[in-house]
Amino acid sequence: MKAKSKFAAVPYLVWMLIFILVPLGMVIFFGFTTTGGEFTFDNFTGIVKYAHVFWKSIYLSVIATLICLVLGFPLGFLMSRMSEVGQRTMLMLIMLPMWMSFLLRTYGWMTLLENEGLINKFLELFGIGPFTMINTQGAVVLGMVYNYLPFAIMPLHSIMVKIDKSVIEAAQDLGANGFHVLIKVLIPLSIPGIITAITMVFVPSVSTFIISRMLGGGQNMLIGDLIEQQFLGSVYNPNVGSSMSLILMVIILIIMGIINHFDDEEMEGMLV
Amino acid sequence: MKKSRIGSWIYIVLCMIFLYAPILVLIVFSFNESKSRAFFTGFTFKWYQQLFENELIMTSLFNSLLIALLASVISAVVGTMAAVGISKFGKRARGVIMNVTYLPVLNPEIVTGISMMLLFVYFKNLFGFRLGFGTVLVAHITFCLPYVILNVLPKLRQMDQSLFEAALDLGCNPLLAFFKVVIPQIMPGITAGFLMAFTISLDDFVVTYFTSGSGFKMLPVTIYSMVKKKVNPQINALSTIIFLIVLALLVIMNVVEARRAKRLKQN
Repeated sequence: MKAKSKFAAVPYLVWMLIFILVPLGMVIFFGFTTTGGEFTFDNFTGIVKYAHVFWKSIYLSVIATLICLVLGFPLGFLMSRMSEVGQRTMLMLIMLPMWMSFLLRTYGWMTLLENEGLINKFLELFGIGPFTMINTQGAVVLGMVYNYLPFAIMPLHSIMVKIDKSVIEAAQDLGANGFHVLIKVLIPLSIPGIITAITMVFVPSVSTFIISRMLGGGQNMLIGDLIEQQFLGSVYNPNVGSSMSLILMVIILIIMGIINHFDDEEMEGMLV
Repeated sequence: MKKSRIGSWIYIVLCMIFLYAPILVLIVFSFNESKSRAFFTGFTFKWYQQLFENELIMTSLFNSLLIALLASVISAVVGTMAAVGISKFGKRARGVIMNVTYLPVLNPEIVTGISMMLLFVYFKNLFGFRLGFGTVLVAHITFCLPYVILNVLPKLRQMDQSLFEAALDLGCNPLLAFFKVVIPQIMPGITAGFLMAFTISLDDFVVTYFTSGSGFKMLPVTIYSMVKKKVNPQINALSTIIFLIVLALLVIMNVVEARRAKRLKQN
Protein backbone atom coordinates (compact mmCIF):
# COMPACT_ATOMS: atom_id res chain seq x y z
CA MET A 1 0.00 0.00 0.00
CA LYS A 2 2.68 2.46 1.01
CA ALA A 3 4.67 1.91 -2.13
CA LYS A 4 1.55 2.22 -4.26
CA SER A 5 0.40 5.55 -2.84
CA LYS A 6 3.66 7.10 -4.01
CA PHE A 7 2.21 6.86 -7.53
CA ALA A 8 -0.41 9.44 -6.58
CA ALA A 9 2.33 12.04 -6.99
CA VAL A 10 3.17 10.97 -10.54
CA PRO A 11 0.75 13.28 -12.42
CA TYR A 12 2.09 16.21 -10.42
CA LEU A 13 5.71 15.28 -10.98
CA VAL A 14 5.18 14.94 -14.74
CA TRP A 15 3.29 18.24 -14.77
CA MET A 16 6.04 20.11 -12.92
CA LEU A 17 8.71 18.59 -15.13
CA ILE A 18 6.99 19.80 -18.31
CA PHE A 19 5.69 23.16 -17.12
CA ILE A 20 8.28 24.29 -14.56
CA LEU A 21 11.62 22.64 -15.22
CA VAL A 22 11.50 22.45 -19.03
CA PRO A 23 10.47 26.16 -19.38
CA LEU A 24 13.26 27.24 -17.02
CA GLY A 25 15.66 25.08 -19.01
CA MET A 26 14.44 26.88 -22.13
CA VAL A 27 15.17 30.25 -20.54
CA ILE A 28 18.74 29.12 -19.90
CA PHE A 29 19.04 27.68 -23.42
CA PHE A 30 17.64 30.82 -25.10
CA GLY A 31 19.84 33.04 -22.94
CA PHE A 32 22.98 31.40 -24.26
CA THR A 33 22.02 31.00 -27.92
CA THR A 34 21.48 33.14 -31.01
CA THR A 35 18.14 33.23 -32.83
CA GLY A 36 19.58 30.47 -35.02
CA GLY A 37 20.26 28.28 -31.99
CA GLU A 38 24.05 28.60 -31.87
CA PHE A 39 25.91 29.03 -28.60
CA THR A 40 26.85 32.62 -27.78
CA PHE A 41 27.59 35.08 -24.98
CA ASP A 42 26.50 38.06 -27.09
CA ASN A 43 23.12 38.31 -25.37
CA PHE A 44 24.86 39.05 -22.09
CA THR A 45 27.52 41.41 -23.46
CA GLY A 46 24.76 43.28 -25.30
CA ILE A 47 22.98 43.96 -22.02
CA VAL A 48 25.89 46.05 -20.72
CA LYS A 49 24.35 49.12 -22.33
CA TYR A 50 21.32 48.63 -20.06
CA ALA A 51 23.43 48.45 -16.89
CA HIS A 52 21.92 51.73 -15.63
CA VAL A 53 18.43 50.18 -15.80
CA PHE A 54 19.59 47.26 -13.69
CA TRP A 55 21.18 49.58 -11.13
CA LYS A 56 18.09 51.72 -10.98
CA SER A 57 15.85 48.68 -10.40
CA ILE A 58 18.03 47.46 -7.56
CA TYR A 59 18.38 50.95 -6.08
CA LEU A 60 14.65 51.74 -6.14
CA SER A 61 13.59 48.36 -4.82
CA VAL A 62 16.15 48.48 -1.99
CA ILE A 63 14.74 51.88 -0.97
CA ALA A 64 11.18 50.54 -1.19
CA THR A 65 12.14 47.51 0.91
CA LEU A 66 13.75 49.70 3.59
CA ILE A 67 10.71 51.99 3.74
CA CYS A 68 8.42 48.95 4.06
CA LEU A 69 10.49 47.66 6.97
CA VAL A 70 10.55 51.04 8.72
CA LEU A 71 6.79 51.50 8.25
CA GLY A 72 5.85 47.88 8.84
CA PHE A 73 7.92 47.19 11.95
CA PRO A 74 6.10 49.54 14.34
CA LEU A 75 2.74 48.55 12.88
CA GLY A 76 3.53 44.84 13.24
CA PHE A 77 4.60 45.44 16.84
CA LEU A 78 1.55 47.50 17.77
CA MET A 79 -0.69 44.83 16.24
CA SER A 80 1.07 42.05 18.12
CA ARG A 81 0.20 43.74 21.43
CA MET A 82 -3.52 43.96 20.64
CA SER A 83 -6.34 41.68 21.78
CA GLU A 84 -7.22 38.71 19.59
CA VAL A 85 -10.19 40.50 18.07
CA GLY A 86 -8.06 43.58 17.49
CA GLN A 87 -5.39 41.58 15.73
CA ARG A 88 -7.90 39.82 13.53
CA THR A 89 -9.56 43.11 12.58
CA MET A 90 -6.22 44.74 11.80
CA LEU A 91 -5.10 41.80 9.66
CA MET A 92 -8.36 42.01 7.78
CA LEU A 93 -7.93 45.74 7.21
CA ILE A 94 -4.42 45.18 5.90
CA MET A 95 -5.35 42.25 3.66
CA LEU A 96 -8.46 43.85 2.20
CA PRO A 97 -6.66 46.15 -0.26
CA MET A 98 -4.40 43.26 -1.28
CA TRP A 99 -7.37 41.31 -2.55
CA MET A 100 -8.21 44.01 -5.06
CA SER A 101 -6.31 43.93 -8.32
CA PHE A 102 -3.07 45.87 -7.86
CA LEU A 103 -3.72 47.47 -11.24
CA LEU A 104 -6.82 49.17 -9.87
CA ARG A 105 -5.08 50.39 -6.73
CA THR A 106 -2.14 51.70 -8.69
CA TYR A 107 -4.62 53.45 -10.97
CA GLY A 108 -5.98 55.09 -7.82
CA TRP A 109 -2.54 56.47 -7.08
CA MET A 110 -2.26 57.81 -10.62
CA THR A 111 -5.39 59.82 -9.89
CA LEU A 112 -3.96 61.14 -6.66
CA LEU A 113 -0.49 62.02 -7.91
CA GLU A 114 -1.32 63.66 -11.24
CA ASN A 115 -0.33 67.25 -11.86
CA GLU A 116 -4.04 68.08 -11.90
CA GLY A 117 -4.68 65.38 -9.29
CA LEU A 118 -6.27 65.49 -5.87
CA ILE A 119 -3.11 65.98 -3.82
CA ASN A 120 -2.08 68.99 -5.85
CA LYS A 121 -5.63 70.38 -5.73
CA PHE A 122 -5.60 69.93 -1.97
CA LEU A 123 -2.23 71.64 -1.55
CA GLU A 124 -3.43 74.48 -3.76
CA LEU A 125 -5.95 75.39 -1.06
CA PHE A 126 -2.98 76.28 1.16
CA GLY A 127 -1.17 78.02 -1.65
CA ILE A 128 1.49 75.31 -1.98
CA GLY A 129 2.60 73.59 -5.15
CA PRO A 130 1.75 72.28 -7.64
CA PHE A 131 4.39 69.56 -7.41
CA THR A 132 5.35 67.15 -10.16
CA MET A 133 4.79 63.81 -8.48
CA ILE A 134 3.73 61.41 -11.16
CA ASN A 135 6.34 60.03 -13.59
CA THR A 136 9.14 60.40 -11.04
CA GLN A 137 11.32 57.85 -9.29
CA GLY A 138 9.60 58.78 -6.05
CA ALA A 139 6.25 57.76 -7.48
CA VAL A 140 7.66 54.38 -8.52
CA VAL A 141 9.01 53.80 -4.99
CA LEU A 142 5.67 54.88 -3.56
CA GLY A 143 3.89 52.38 -5.80
CA MET A 144 6.21 49.58 -4.65
CA VAL A 145 5.80 50.50 -0.97
CA TYR A 146 2.05 50.76 -1.34
CA ASN A 147 1.61 47.44 -3.13
CA TYR A 148 4.00 45.36 -1.04
CA LEU A 149 3.72 46.90 2.45
CA PRO A 150 1.12 44.31 3.55
CA PHE A 151 3.60 41.56 2.58
CA ALA A 152 6.05 43.13 5.05
CA ILE A 153 3.55 43.72 7.87
CA MET A 154 2.21 40.17 7.96
CA PRO A 155 5.45 38.23 8.60
CA LEU A 156 6.61 40.93 11.03
CA HIS A 157 3.34 40.68 12.95
CA SER A 158 3.33 36.89 13.02
CA ILE A 159 6.87 36.74 14.42
CA MET A 160 6.30 39.52 16.99
CA VAL A 161 3.17 37.84 18.35
CA LYS A 162 5.54 35.21 19.68
CA ILE A 163 7.65 37.74 21.63
CA ASP A 164 6.56 37.44 25.24
CA LYS A 165 5.61 40.64 27.02
CA SER A 166 7.77 39.59 29.96
CA VAL A 167 10.92 39.62 27.81
CA ILE A 168 10.37 43.30 27.07
CA GLU A 169 9.52 44.03 30.70
CA ALA A 170 12.62 42.20 31.87
CA ALA A 171 14.77 44.38 29.61
CA GLN A 172 13.05 47.50 30.96
CA ASP A 173 13.52 46.34 34.56
CA LEU A 174 17.20 45.86 33.86
CA GLY A 175 17.38 49.51 32.83
CA ALA A 176 17.02 49.41 29.06
CA ASN A 177 15.35 52.47 27.54
CA GLY A 178 13.00 52.29 24.58
CA PHE A 179 15.81 52.49 22.04
CA HIS A 180 17.78 49.70 23.68
CA VAL A 181 14.71 47.48 23.92
CA LEU A 182 14.27 47.97 20.18
CA ILE A 183 17.91 47.34 19.23
CA LYS A 184 18.76 44.60 21.73
CA VAL A 185 15.46 42.75 22.11
CA LEU A 186 12.80 43.42 19.50
CA ILE A 187 14.91 43.49 16.34
CA PRO A 188 17.08 40.43 17.15
CA LEU A 189 14.00 38.39 18.05
CA SER A 190 12.24 39.44 14.85
CA ILE A 191 15.07 38.58 12.43
CA PRO A 192 13.25 35.66 10.74
CA GLY A 193 10.20 37.87 10.16
CA ILE A 194 12.38 40.70 8.88
CA ILE A 195 14.04 38.35 6.38
CA THR A 196 10.70 37.06 5.11
CA ALA A 197 9.49 40.66 4.84
CA ILE A 198 12.57 41.66 2.82
CA THR A 199 12.07 38.73 0.43
CA MET A 200 8.37 39.42 0.03
CA VAL A 201 8.94 43.09 -0.82
CA PHE A 202 12.23 43.00 -2.71
CA VAL A 203 11.52 40.17 -5.18
CA PRO A 204 8.27 41.59 -6.61
CA SER A 205 9.66 45.16 -6.51
CA VAL A 206 12.83 44.43 -8.45
CA SER A 207 10.94 42.47 -11.11
CA THR A 208 7.87 44.71 -11.56
CA PHE A 209 7.07 46.21 -14.91
CA ILE A 210 3.63 47.63 -14.31
CA ILE A 211 4.24 49.94 -11.36
CA SER A 212 7.13 51.59 -13.17
CA ARG A 213 5.06 51.98 -16.32
CA MET A 214 1.97 53.37 -14.61
CA LEU A 215 3.61 55.66 -12.08
CA GLY A 216 7.04 56.22 -13.62
CA GLY A 217 6.01 57.26 -17.11
CA GLY A 218 8.35 56.38 -19.95
CA GLN A 219 11.60 57.56 -18.39
CA ASN A 220 11.73 55.24 -15.39
CA MET A 221 12.26 51.85 -17.02
CA LEU A 222 13.11 48.92 -14.79
CA ILE A 223 14.43 45.40 -15.50
CA GLY A 224 10.87 44.09 -15.76
CA ASP A 225 10.06 46.63 -18.49
CA LEU A 226 13.15 45.61 -20.45
CA ILE A 227 12.23 41.93 -20.26
CA GLU A 228 8.61 42.59 -21.18
CA GLN A 229 9.71 44.55 -24.25
CA GLN A 230 11.78 41.62 -25.48
CA PHE A 231 8.78 39.29 -25.35
CA LEU A 232 5.68 41.35 -26.02
CA GLY A 233 7.04 44.74 -27.03
CA SER A 234 8.24 46.16 -30.29
CA VAL A 235 11.71 44.56 -30.07
CA TYR A 236 10.79 40.88 -30.08
CA ASN A 237 13.95 39.04 -29.03
CA PRO A 238 13.39 36.13 -26.63
CA ASN A 239 17.11 35.35 -26.56
CA VAL A 240 18.09 38.71 -25.10
CA GLY A 241 14.98 38.62 -22.92
CA SER A 242 15.98 35.24 -21.53
CA SER A 243 19.48 36.37 -20.68
CA MET A 244 18.01 39.43 -18.93
CA SER A 245 15.75 37.11 -16.92
CA LEU A 246 18.76 35.01 -15.97
CA ILE A 247 20.58 38.10 -14.73
CA LEU A 248 17.47 39.11 -12.77
CA MET A 249 17.39 35.69 -11.09
CA VAL A 250 21.10 35.92 -10.28
CA ILE A 251 20.63 39.38 -8.74
CA ILE A 252 17.83 38.05 -6.53
CA LEU A 253 19.90 35.01 -5.52
CA ILE A 254 22.88 37.21 -4.59
CA ILE A 255 20.81 39.63 -2.52
CA MET A 256 18.95 36.79 -0.79
CA GLY A 257 22.31 35.13 -0.12
CA ILE A 258 23.65 38.29 1.52
CA ILE A 259 20.55 38.61 3.70
CA ASN A 260 20.57 34.97 4.78
CA HIS A 261 24.25 35.28 5.62
CA PHE A 262 23.36 38.21 7.85
CA ASP A 263 20.79 35.97 9.54
CA ASP A 264 23.43 33.35 10.40
CA GLU A 265 25.74 35.97 11.86
CA GLU A 266 22.96 37.37 14.01
CA MET A 267 22.19 33.92 15.28
CA GLU A 268 25.82 33.33 16.20
CA GLY A 269 25.98 36.73 17.84
CA MET A 270 22.96 35.86 19.92
CA LEU A 271 24.51 32.64 21.13
CA VAL A 272 27.65 34.41 22.39
CA MET B 1 2.08 55.80 28.93
CA LYS B 2 -1.14 57.47 27.86
CA LYS B 3 0.73 59.70 25.47
CA SER B 4 2.43 56.81 23.70
CA ARG B 5 -0.91 55.06 23.29
CA ILE B 6 -2.36 58.10 21.51
CA GLY B 7 0.78 58.19 19.37
CA SER B 8 0.26 54.53 18.46
CA TRP B 9 -3.28 55.13 17.35
CA ILE B 10 -2.29 58.14 15.26
CA TYR B 11 0.34 55.97 13.56
CA ILE B 12 -2.14 53.16 12.89
CA VAL B 13 -4.70 55.61 11.48
CA LEU B 14 -2.07 57.21 9.22
CA CYS B 15 -1.07 53.77 7.88
CA MET B 16 -4.71 52.98 7.18
CA ILE B 17 -5.18 56.29 5.38
CA PHE B 18 -2.16 55.40 3.24
CA LEU B 19 -3.59 51.96 2.44
CA TYR B 20 -7.12 53.12 1.71
CA ALA B 21 -6.66 56.59 0.16
CA PRO B 22 -6.41 55.40 -3.46
CA ILE B 23 -9.32 52.98 -3.02
CA LEU B 24 -11.48 55.66 -1.46
CA VAL B 25 -10.71 58.02 -4.33
CA LEU B 26 -11.70 55.36 -6.86
CA ILE B 27 -14.98 54.73 -5.05
CA VAL B 28 -15.91 58.40 -4.67
CA PHE B 29 -15.20 59.23 -8.29
CA SER B 30 -17.14 56.21 -9.54
CA PHE B 31 -20.24 58.28 -8.74
CA ASN B 32 -18.94 61.42 -10.39
CA GLU B 33 -21.05 62.90 -13.17
CA SER B 34 -18.13 64.14 -15.26
CA LYS B 35 -14.94 62.36 -16.27
CA SER B 36 -12.88 64.71 -14.10
CA ARG B 37 -10.69 63.00 -11.57
CA ALA B 38 -10.21 66.10 -9.44
CA PHE B 39 -13.64 67.75 -9.14
CA PHE B 40 -16.87 66.17 -8.06
CA THR B 41 -19.53 67.64 -10.30
CA GLY B 42 -22.59 65.58 -9.49
CA PHE B 43 -23.90 62.18 -8.50
CA THR B 44 -24.58 59.48 -11.08
CA PHE B 45 -24.85 55.72 -11.56
CA LYS B 46 -24.20 55.90 -15.30
CA TRP B 47 -20.66 54.43 -15.11
CA TYR B 48 -22.08 51.35 -13.43
CA GLN B 49 -24.66 51.00 -16.15
CA GLN B 50 -21.98 51.39 -18.83
CA LEU B 51 -19.84 48.85 -17.02
CA PHE B 52 -22.52 46.18 -17.13
CA GLU B 53 -23.17 46.94 -20.77
CA ASN B 54 -19.46 46.69 -21.58
CA GLU B 55 -19.23 43.39 -23.39
CA LEU B 56 -15.44 43.19 -23.26
CA ILE B 57 -15.38 43.49 -19.47
CA MET B 58 -18.21 41.03 -18.98
CA THR B 59 -16.56 38.43 -21.27
CA SER B 60 -13.24 38.93 -19.50
CA LEU B 61 -14.91 38.54 -16.11
CA PHE B 62 -16.58 35.33 -17.25
CA ASN B 63 -13.28 33.96 -18.61
CA SER B 64 -11.43 34.87 -15.42
CA LEU B 65 -14.02 33.20 -13.21
CA LEU B 66 -14.08 30.09 -15.42
CA ILE B 67 -10.29 29.77 -15.46
CA ALA B 68 -10.04 30.39 -11.71
CA LEU B 69 -12.68 27.74 -10.99
CA LEU B 70 -11.17 25.11 -13.32
CA ALA B 71 -7.59 25.82 -12.26
CA SER B 72 -8.38 25.67 -8.55
CA VAL B 73 -10.49 22.51 -8.79
CA ILE B 74 -7.92 20.68 -10.92
CA SER B 75 -5.02 21.79 -8.75
CA ALA B 76 -6.94 20.83 -5.59
CA VAL B 77 -7.38 17.27 -6.92
CA VAL B 78 -3.92 16.83 -8.46
CA GLY B 79 -2.25 18.70 -5.59
CA THR B 80 -3.91 16.57 -2.90
CA MET B 81 -2.87 13.40 -4.72
CA ALA B 82 0.63 14.81 -5.03
CA ALA B 83 0.80 15.66 -1.33
CA VAL B 84 -0.27 12.13 -0.38
CA GLY B 85 2.39 10.68 -2.68
CA ILE B 86 5.11 13.12 -1.61
CA SER B 87 4.56 12.33 2.08
CA LYS B 88 5.44 8.70 1.32
CA PHE B 89 8.75 9.53 -0.38
CA GLY B 90 12.09 9.28 1.41
CA LYS B 91 13.65 12.38 2.93
CA ARG B 92 16.03 13.19 0.10
CA ALA B 93 13.54 12.68 -2.74
CA ARG B 94 11.01 14.75 -0.82
CA GLY B 95 13.54 17.54 -0.42
CA VAL B 96 14.20 17.68 -4.17
CA ILE B 97 10.48 17.64 -5.01
CA MET B 98 9.73 20.38 -2.48
CA ASN B 99 12.47 22.57 -3.92
CA VAL B 100 10.88 22.31 -7.35
CA THR B 101 7.48 22.97 -5.76
CA TYR B 102 8.76 26.20 -4.23
CA LEU B 103 10.17 27.43 -7.57
CA PRO B 104 6.99 29.07 -8.91
CA VAL B 105 6.31 30.58 -5.48
CA LEU B 106 9.76 32.10 -5.05
CA ASN B 107 10.64 32.92 -8.66
CA PRO B 108 9.67 36.40 -9.82
CA GLU B 109 6.33 36.16 -11.60
CA ILE B 110 7.74 37.66 -14.76
CA VAL B 111 10.25 34.80 -15.05
CA THR B 112 7.48 32.20 -14.60
CA GLY B 113 5.48 34.08 -17.23
CA ILE B 114 8.17 34.34 -19.89
CA SER B 115 9.46 30.81 -19.33
CA MET B 116 5.98 29.40 -19.97
CA MET B 117 5.54 31.69 -22.92
CA LEU B 118 8.76 30.28 -24.43
CA LEU B 119 7.41 26.74 -24.01
CA PHE B 120 3.97 27.57 -25.41
CA VAL B 121 5.40 29.43 -28.39
CA TYR B 122 7.65 26.44 -29.09
CA PHE B 123 4.67 24.06 -28.94
CA LYS B 124 2.66 26.45 -31.04
CA ASN B 125 5.24 26.39 -33.81
CA LEU B 126 5.41 22.61 -33.52
CA PHE B 127 1.72 21.73 -33.44
CA GLY B 128 0.12 24.91 -34.72
CA PHE B 129 -2.40 25.95 -32.05
CA ARG B 130 -3.05 29.40 -30.63
CA LEU B 131 -2.25 30.86 -27.26
CA GLY B 132 -5.51 31.28 -25.37
CA PHE B 133 -7.83 29.38 -23.08
CA GLY B 134 -5.71 26.22 -22.97
CA THR B 135 -2.36 27.88 -22.33
CA VAL B 136 -3.80 30.19 -19.66
CA LEU B 137 -5.44 27.24 -17.89
CA VAL B 138 -2.20 25.23 -17.94
CA ALA B 139 -0.22 28.22 -16.64
CA HIS B 140 -2.73 28.88 -13.84
CA ILE B 141 -2.79 25.22 -12.75
CA THR B 142 0.99 25.30 -12.64
CA PHE B 143 1.26 28.24 -10.24
CA CYS B 144 -1.79 27.10 -8.20
CA LEU B 145 -0.52 23.57 -7.52
CA PRO B 146 2.22 24.55 -5.03
CA TYR B 147 -0.29 26.42 -2.84
CA VAL B 148 -2.51 23.34 -2.56
CA ILE B 149 0.46 21.08 -1.76
CA LEU B 150 1.90 23.49 0.80
CA ASN B 151 -1.50 23.60 2.55
CA VAL B 152 -2.22 19.86 2.45
CA LEU B 153 1.20 18.48 3.43
CA PRO B 154 1.16 19.82 7.03
CA LYS B 155 -2.32 18.35 7.56
CA LEU B 156 -1.07 14.94 6.40
CA ARG B 157 1.82 15.21 8.81
CA GLN B 158 -0.49 16.09 11.73
CA MET B 159 -2.79 13.18 10.92
CA ASP B 160 -2.73 10.11 13.10
CA GLN B 161 -1.49 7.29 10.84
CA SER B 162 -3.03 4.61 13.07
CA LEU B 163 -6.55 5.77 12.15
CA PHE B 164 -5.93 4.76 8.55
CA GLU B 165 -4.51 1.41 9.69
CA ALA B 166 -7.47 0.89 12.02
CA ALA B 167 -9.82 1.33 9.06
CA LEU B 168 -7.84 -1.28 7.14
CA ASP B 169 -7.95 -3.66 10.09
CA LEU B 170 -11.70 -3.23 10.26
CA GLY B 171 -11.92 -4.50 6.70
CA CYS B 172 -11.95 -1.30 4.67
CA ASN B 173 -10.12 -1.50 1.36
CA PRO B 174 -7.30 1.10 1.04
CA LEU B 175 -9.13 3.32 -1.44
CA LEU B 176 -12.31 3.48 0.64
CA ALA B 177 -10.24 4.02 3.79
CA PHE B 178 -8.53 6.91 2.05
CA PHE B 179 -11.83 8.60 1.16
CA LYS B 180 -13.53 7.81 4.48
CA VAL B 181 -10.66 8.46 6.88
CA VAL B 182 -7.83 10.46 5.31
CA ILE B 183 -9.78 12.95 3.18
CA PRO B 184 -12.04 14.19 6.03
CA GLN B 185 -8.98 14.80 8.19
CA ILE B 186 -7.04 16.78 5.60
CA MET B 187 -10.12 18.61 4.28
CA PRO B 188 -9.29 21.93 6.00
CA GLY B 189 -5.94 21.94 4.18
CA ILE B 190 -7.55 21.13 0.84
CA THR B 191 -10.15 23.87 1.32
CA ALA B 192 -7.52 26.44 2.29
CA GLY B 193 -5.39 25.47 -0.71
CA PHE B 194 -8.38 25.59 -3.04
CA LEU B 195 -9.43 29.06 -1.83
CA MET B 196 -5.88 30.37 -2.09
CA ALA B 197 -5.55 28.94 -5.60
CA PHE B 198 -8.88 30.47 -6.62
CA THR B 199 -8.05 33.98 -5.42
CA ILE B 200 -4.50 33.91 -6.77
CA SER B 201 -5.74 32.71 -10.14
CA LEU B 202 -8.48 35.34 -10.27
CA ASP B 203 -6.05 38.13 -9.41
CA ASP B 204 -3.06 37.04 -11.48
CA PHE B 205 -1.94 39.56 -14.06
CA VAL B 206 1.70 38.89 -14.94
CA VAL B 207 1.61 35.20 -15.92
CA THR B 208 -1.73 35.65 -17.68
CA TYR B 209 -0.36 38.63 -19.59
CA PHE B 210 2.44 36.52 -21.08
CA THR B 211 0.44 33.36 -21.78
CA SER B 212 -2.96 34.55 -23.01
CA GLY B 213 -2.03 35.63 -26.54
CA SER B 214 -4.11 38.31 -28.19
CA GLY B 215 -7.53 36.73 -28.66
CA PHE B 216 -8.40 35.42 -25.21
CA LYS B 217 -9.40 38.14 -22.74
CA MET B 218 -8.89 37.82 -19.00
CA LEU B 219 -10.12 40.47 -16.57
CA PRO B 220 -6.74 41.69 -15.19
CA VAL B 221 -5.35 42.06 -18.72
CA THR B 222 -8.49 43.93 -19.83
CA ILE B 223 -8.17 46.20 -16.80
CA TYR B 224 -4.57 46.86 -17.77
CA SER B 225 -5.49 47.85 -21.31
CA MET B 226 -8.20 50.16 -19.91
CA VAL B 227 -5.85 51.71 -17.36
CA LYS B 228 -3.30 52.41 -20.09
CA LYS B 229 -5.81 54.64 -21.83
CA LYS B 230 -6.14 56.51 -18.53
CA VAL B 231 -9.45 58.31 -18.04
CA ASN B 232 -12.32 55.85 -17.88
CA PRO B 233 -14.71 56.07 -14.93
CA GLN B 234 -15.91 52.52 -15.65
CA ILE B 235 -12.67 51.40 -14.00
CA ASN B 236 -13.76 53.23 -10.85
CA ALA B 237 -17.16 51.53 -10.92
CA LEU B 238 -15.49 48.15 -11.37
CA SER B 239 -13.11 48.86 -8.46
CA THR B 240 -16.01 49.77 -6.21
CA ILE B 241 -17.87 46.57 -6.99
CA ILE B 242 -14.77 44.39 -6.50
CA PHE B 243 -14.00 46.19 -3.24
CA LEU B 244 -17.49 45.57 -1.89
CA ILE B 245 -17.39 41.87 -2.83
CA VAL B 246 -13.98 41.39 -1.21
CA LEU B 247 -15.12 43.30 1.87
CA ALA B 248 -18.23 41.14 2.20
CA LEU B 249 -16.23 37.91 1.76
CA LEU B 250 -13.60 38.89 4.32
CA VAL B 251 -16.20 39.95 6.88
CA ILE B 252 -18.12 36.69 6.46
CA MET B 253 -14.91 34.65 6.73
CA ASN B 254 -13.88 36.50 9.88
CA VAL B 255 -17.26 36.14 11.54
CA VAL B 256 -17.29 32.41 10.79
CA GLU B 257 -13.73 32.08 12.08
CA ALA B 258 -14.47 34.09 15.24
CA ARG B 259 -17.53 31.95 15.97
CA ARG B 260 -15.56 28.76 15.55
CA ALA B 261 -12.82 30.02 17.86
CA LYS B 262 -15.45 30.95 20.44
CA ARG B 263 -17.04 27.52 20.23
CA LEU B 264 -13.66 25.83 20.63
CA LYS B 265 -13.02 27.92 23.72
CA GLN B 266 -16.37 27.02 25.25
CA ASN B 267 -15.71 23.34 24.72
